[in-house]
Amino acid sequence: MADSVNFHFDIDGDNFTSAGEASVMIKKLLRQMEFSPDVIRRVSVAMYEGEINMVIHANGGTADVNVFCDRIEIVLKDNGPGIADVRLAMQEGYSTAPDNIRSLGFGAGMGLPNMKRYTDDMRIESEVGRGTTIYMTVNV
Amino acid sequence: MPEPERDILGGYAGDLLSWVMGRASSGDVWVTIMSNLNIVAVASLADPACILLAEGVELDDGVRERAEVQGVNVLRSGKNVFRLCAEIASLI
Ligand SMILES: Nc1ncnc2c1ncn2[C@@H]1O[C@H](COP(=O)(O)OP(=O)(O)O)[C@@H](O)[C@H]1O
Ligand SMILES: [Mg+2]
Repeated sequence: MADSVNFHFDIDGDNFTSAGEASVMIKKLLRQMEFSPDVIRRVSVAMYEGEINMVIHANGGTADVNVFCDRIEIVLKDNGPGIADVRLAMQEGYSTAPDNIRSLGFGAGMGLPNMKRYTDDMRIESEVGRGTTIYMTVNV
Repeated sequence: MPEPERDILGGYAGDLLSWVMGRASSGDVWVTIMSNLNIVAVASLADPACILLAEGVELDDGVRERAEVQGVNVLRSGKNVFRLCAEIASLI
């Protein structure tokens, strides 16, 4: 198996205004590594949605990005409330975001669907009361 | 403007950030009434040519500075979203 380059980020659950910084950083790193604009966009948008979800719904978490020659793997892990019904959460338009978050333009219920759409593989492991881990892969 | 050379190739209008992330294309003008700090991150990922704030929406200094640092162009107009889109569409 090819070697990978790994990046780790702590996602601050309190700071709503800095949310997305890890994704913007990953975008820059992937650009330096000369991945195609399409791959960079898919990785960074999927990661951003996951990052925002951890801030809005789970009080923060961690993001690990493993860059291989042929694929990019993203693991988002939080110790938040978990997702009781993953199938429901995956539906476009489903959102439990509060009004103050919606007034900022979030809470459209399109985050998880975007993550699915932009990645080649996405897996959600979630346990109510324990947290959520999302694994995503974008093939290069 | 931090990136004055960018060409506008198309457009997208909307205030819901996940829709913009999912549907706007690189090189679009993004017309919106959202002016909070999160639009800068969304724009640096979705890569529109510029953000165009409609309805005379104000841009606070923190957002302006972040946009400058991230290389995101932000324009403003007093016109409403419909009028702006119609005028831009007639130009591109
Ligand atoms: N990391 C998470 N922890 C707990 N719940 C989550 C998490 N991510 C998503 N959810 C749940 O799934 C729903 C749908 O997520 P998403 O499609 O991103 O829409 P939105 O974030 O706009 O509400 C959320 O409203 C929330 O109830
Ligand atoms: Mg979301």
